[in-house]
Amino acid sequence: MIRIANGQGFWGDSLEAPLEQIRRGPIDYLTLDYLAEITMSILQKQFSRDPRTGYARDFVEMIQRGARDIIDRRIRVVANAGGVNPQACASAVLKSGLSVATVSGDNILDRLDDLIARGVELKNLDTGAPLASVRPRVQSANVYFGGAAIAEALATGAQVVVTGRTTDTGLVLGPLMHEFHWKPGEWDKLAAGTIAGHTVECGAQCTGGNCQVEWQTIPNFADIGYPIVEAEPDGTFVITKHAGTGGRITVASIKEQLLYEMGDPREYITPDCIADFTSIQLKQDGDNRVRFTGIRGRPATDMYKVSISYSAGFKAVGALIYSWPDAYAKAQASDRILRERLDRLGLRFDSIRTEFGGVNACHGPLAGEPAPDIAEVIMRVGVRSEDRSVVERFTKEIAPLALNGPPTVTGFGAGRPKVEEIVAYWPALLPKTEAAPVIAVQEA
Amino acid sequence: MARVKLVRIAHARSGDKGDTSNVGLIALRPAFYPVLVEQVTAARVQKHFEGICLGAVERFELPNLGALNFLLHESLDGGGTLSLKTDAQGKTYSAALLRMEIDVPDALLSENPVSS
Repeated sequence: MIRIANGQGFWGDSLEAPLEQIRRGPIDYLTLDYLAEITMSILQKQFSRDPRTGYARDFVEMIQRGARDIIDRRIRVVANAGGVNPQACASAVLKSGLSVATVSGDNILDRLDDLIARGVELKNLDTGAPLASVRPRVQSANVYFGGAAIAEALATGAQVVVTGRTTDTGLVLGPLMHEFHWKPGEWDKLAAGTIAGHTVECGAQCTGGNCQVEWQTIPNFADIGYPIVEAEPDGTFVITKHAGTGGRITVASIKEQLLYEMGDPREYITPDCIADFTSIQLKQDGDNRVRFTGIRGRPATDMYKVSISYSAGFKAVGALIYSWPDAYAKAQASDRILRERLDRLGLRFDSIRTEFGGVNACHGPLAGEPAPDIAEVIMRVGVRSEDRSVVERFTKEIAPLALNGPPTVTGFGAGRPKVEEIVAYWPALLPKTEAAPVIAVQEA
Repeated sequence: MARVKLVRIAHARSGDKGDTSNVGLIALRPAFYPVLVEQVTAARVQKHFEGICLGAVERFELPNLGALNFLLHESLDGGGTLSLKTDAQGKTYSAALLRMEIDVPDALLSENPVSS
């Protein structure tokens, strides 16, 4: 049996969770997910300014803090912290006395023009538009490699594996393929490892975090345990957490996470296989333990998914808060006044949207009318445009409402809203023959 | 027959893929699953999310988990970083679906008590 822990559900998750996973009980592998869909573009920008950067620094700090225990307990670490510069990340990790292998080859930014010229259109999976239509605005382009590439890196014997863009599920499947010698063709096992990866990839979101079932009685959120996969060579596994930690693992908490970000449950497509979520059988197997059996899979497709980011204009969001009495009426009036002023200034936006926090920001019209004596309402207005200057001008029209609009208003303390550049996501497919993972052991 | 909100017999989790939100709806007891299958149709969910979901609604069945998965297309104001919504990832759409009212036989409710 192999124990694989997840200590990071996204870049920005708890800094302490990975160390708790290392120190509070036995594990064989620690896996960490740092790359959201848009993260690559941020890292690509950093890298273009300074070629020593472009990876997740949080990871290196975690390694520095945990190195002694990682070495003593012989834990192997797999993280997609490499971003667009896995070698620089690996070099930083090496300084903590750990051996490191890298998975790269995912970055195809420099090859886009060649691919397009050869007729690989990289059409947007959602809209069908060819990449050529936004090519000058592209900021990053990375292939998602899977568990097979990570298994190959683990076979080098390096204690730490740092990757560029890989699937979240591959971080768990890779160690399982390596330990149990699972190979392409064993689709049920690869699907089981993929589903284990999906279950733990969002960290505590399967151990009681964000769980709707009797949430008030979930114990000790402050010390919530992150998930651990206890995997068997036959493809069955248990999801659990360290003894003494908070949270709750039940069939219900697991089901919620299984359905998170789900498309067609019969066809969960990864570079390694197609997993069938309608084959999963779950059983409570003691306190904070859920057993998975029966998982079936099918052959992988001949395409890699590609994550491309491109610059898509600018946006800004401003907000003010209005108090009782007539809080909602004041907030609505303020929105009307603001829009009239924007009109008088001749500002046109690609999109403008008003939400009223406390009334309809989450559930829109489904929330119904608020109580007439509602204590306070937030007016929140966002705008979007390809033209930075109109968004900039918008940000200067919020604060004046504090003195020249409806009464009992506050919440403008942070000053004018900031203009943000929008970096949008462009999902596409690439034939597998066009990219291959590159495995290397990092030298000092 | 009792008219109840879905929150009485089901729980849910939602997330995003671009401008599409997915809402997974899970029966709190196995006996409730057939009620969900029969009454929480794609058409009803589309009507429920009127003004929020501007595209089509797809439904998938997971009888092994006593669950349904809904895809709400064009429901996140463009989705991701383009969206101007507070809830650009549709994280609270799970609870929004649980506002829906359905009819459940009284006996089914009394024979399958749900605590809290």
